[in-house]
Amino acid sequence: MREMIKMLIVLTILATLSGGLLAAIRDGTKERIENQVLEFVKGPAIRSILEGATNDPIVDRFQIKDGDVEYTFFVGVMDGEPSAITLERFGKGGYGGDVGLMVGIDTKDDKLVGVGVTTHAETPGMGAKAKTDPSFVAQFKDLTLEDPVKVTVDGGTINAISGATLTSRAVCSATNDAVSVYKKLKPQLTEKLKEFNK
Amino acid sequence: MARSIVQEFTKGLWNEVPPFRLVLGLCPVLAVTKSVENGIGMGVATTFVLVCSNVLVSSLRKVIPAKVRIACFIVIIATFVTVVELVMQAFAYPLFLKLGIFIPLIVVNCIVLGRSEAFASKNGIFRSLLDGLGMGIGFTLSLSALAAVRELLGTGDLTIWEKPIQVFGPSFQPFSFMVEAPGAFVALGLMLCVMNMVGKK
Repeated sequence: MREMIKMLIVLTILATLSGGLLAAIRDGTKERIENQVLEFVKGPAIRSILEGATNDPIVDRFQIKDGDVEYTFFVGVMDGEPSAITLERFGKGGYGGDVGLMVGIDTKDDKLVGVGVTTHAETPGMGAKAKTDPSFVAQFKDLTLEDPVKVTVDGGTINAISGATLTSRAVCSATNDAVSVYKKLKPQLTEKLKEFNK
Repeated sequence: MARSIVQEFTKGLWNEVPPFRLVLGLCPVLAVTKSVENGIGMGVATTFVLVCSNVLVSSLRKVIPAKVRIACFIVIIATFVTVVELVMQAFAYPLFLKLGIFIPLIVVNCIVLGRSEAFASKNGIFRSLLDGLGMGIGFTLSLSALAAVRELLGTGDLTIWEKPIQVFGPSFQPFSFMVEAPGAFVALGLMLCVMNMVGKK
């Protein structure tokens, strides 16, 4: 009996201490980890979209709340004006799950600046080309926000990656999603962007 | 057989070097040795866990009840592994992306649990520290050696701190089989063979 109690006490104390230690370390590194994820997972896509920005879009980011959902926007300052934003949306229905897409929008002319895939689990050599082949995402550059983007099979203008229609559709749907979020939040967004005018 | 304190440290470097002599912890040995960088990163992470868990297990060896010792060891090891994981994410994110799932898998690495059970739970703190350090450094060196052979033959380069160094020159045809999974087994087999040939004398 006494042995039993001792086992319980020792294990409980050990587990509690390690739990406390881990919580403390997690707290201490949380912010840095977030920054590192932004830098290495989303950073490349953001930087290629906002090419020529004079600021650091990852540092100049802000959140806007819409109901329960919070959206993160990355601001690109071009020629002294905060004229472009990017936000990340997930396109449903990729071949290997959701496709994370960074969508850049020109807030002055209301057009797409570009898109870039962040996270995906598509087949290498097929759907993964959405990330590795710049000619696919280049098609999104300078499109207007009026009509939803679609692949040619669905009556749109985007040439799908051959053999990866599902991936291409997911990219389109993420783009449309981002555009609708942008349109909805435009008033708050314009307000926020004024802070970056220098 | 009683060992001197120095021997306690050096046994991990040659006589009982984990992957090649004890043939323990082969999962990371086979999986992450595609490049020297990965090998060193994995080795350092494992060394940290080994040293910390050995010291803690040894200092708690009189408190831990024998019947739940394995559970206690696992709690201690898992804690340090999570520490490594968080710290690596915060300060060396690209390395973390490359090593991925193999960092949390250090928890079930036989060397770490093996040293706790076979050594630290029976020996003093200082000896356990040296044992962990020796084993860890031996493990790191073995990983680097294996990775160097594979990377050199497989790609013709050696990448250290993101800078590729061309060793064989541009005319070398990379033997890419060596950096793929089966190449790991072949390279490990050859290394074991060499170790045994040298050790026989």
